[in-house]
Amino acid sequence: MAQTVIPFGPQHPVLPEPIHLKLSVEDEMITEAVPALGFVHRGLEKLIDFRDFHQMVQVVERICGICSVMHGMCYAQGIEETMRIEVPGRARFLRVIWAELHRMQSHLLWLGLFADSFGFESLFMEIWKIREKILDINEATAGNRIIVSVNVIGGVRRDLTQQQMGWILSELTGIERHMKRLETTLMDDYTIRKRIVGKGVLAQSQARDLGVVGPTLRASSVAQDVRQLGYAAYKELDFEPVIEKDGDCFARSRVRFREIFQSIDLVRQAVSKIPDGPLATKVKGRPDGETVCRVEQPRGEVFYYIKASGQKRLERLRIRTPTFANLPALIAMLPGMWLSDVPVVVLSIDPCISCTER
Amino acid sequence: MFKMTRNIVRNFVTKRATRPYPCKVRTPFERTRGAIHNDIEQCTFCGVCAVKCPSQCITVDRQRLIWTCDPFACVYCGICEGVCPEKCLKQKEESPVSTGERRKIVFRGKEENRRKPGNEPA
Repeated sequence: MAQTVIPFGPQHPVLPEPIHLKLSVEDEMITEAVPALGFVHRGLEKLIDFRDFHQMVQVVERICGICSVMHGMCYAQGIEETMRIEVPGRARFLRVIWAELHRMQSHLLWLGLFADSFGFESLFMEIWKIREKILDINEATAGNRIIVSVNVIGGVRRDLTQQQMGWILSELTGIERHMKRLETTLMDDYTIRKRIVGKGVLAQSQARDLGVVGPTLRASSVAQDVRQLGYAAYKELDFEPVIEKDGDCFARSRVRFREIFQSIDLVRQAVSKIPDGPLATKVKGRPDGETVCRVEQPRGEVFYYIKASGQKRLERLRIRTPTFANLPALIAMLPGMWLSDVPVVVLSIDPCISCTER
Repeated sequence: MFKMTRNIVRNFVTKRATRPYPCKVRTPFERTRGAIHNDIEQCTFCGVCAVKCPSQCITVDRQRLIWTCDPFACVYCGICEGVCPEKCLKQKEESPVSTGERRKIVFRGKEENRRKPGNEPA
């Protein structure tokens, strides 16, 4: 059978962001996939030459809208480590609350897009209806819907009143009830299972070898979550990484679905344990030295390398985002698949291309 | 499949999740970071907002006492509001009105508001 090359993307109905895959097919079966990136490169790392280290918090938050809190948090933690700044307890808990709300809205966004990728429009609408409630919480507490911009070096910029925390908890109860109602549809529907069970299987050893991160790794039964390192206030909260055994698209969607409940639980724990105190430590001086910092984003582990030399502006900032680590797994999964399954498998790693290209 | 059908039927009988915008507009939340407003009577043209702004969208002309903000470059992060020593910069709760042309927000100060000694930028 002669080989045909079919381009997938950069513009494709299921892709929220541009990635190009050159798919070699024999009949309808994929034999090879070659990715091409670089459509949304913005050169944000280079902005360290023009913005001071305080202003860079707002810049790194805009690397990715969907995980902006984690980007800001990771950068701030890196600078705090270099400058040996102790972050107040309340600020650490507030960071956790906003980060977990962000993880929830990111997973809900993904679940909606995933439902859309196999053509389940009404489920997509239902899930995004739930997500809207979290965006309302973000707007009411932090001021913005997506890029909430709450982190600063040394702490956070906004506080939550007792009344607001009560409101967040009552909204989360509603969200939990709504999600439970969709559980049987997402997890037990015949048509959905037909489309995603056994598709894009990634074995545990293969996932380890390819250096996969985040929910994609946990779906291959590897219990690895950077939150276990105990940054921010995670060491004071009780949680276990969500893992699944099968390593297919279904397992990946189950991991993300269950992580929404885990995030709700973490917000509840954080609200119950939050101490009183100041919101931020005053930052004096300039960072000097180099550091690496890791944070668990909705898509996996983000890695920051920061090098400063006592100047107002940093010397080097290097960011490795989770999608960059997950792309080799995607390329390994695609050969042997039917062409019609490509959109589902591509979305199953939750690709965030603007993150990857920065 | 029937579980989802139950959801769909429920959606038919419950009130709708969206609003008929623009006929009905939601009241903004109290802490929403909306359009930027400068109470120019209070402004001393110290220029701290222009220095601290991460998107460099604010320009302060101390000679001619003109405060300008490009709302298309602004990222609505609220840093300027936080650093303003006179507390005259505020973000309204309402979002900026959409417009077809790229127009800047310009505020012109009065001579008596010129920066006084001791109000040097940080």
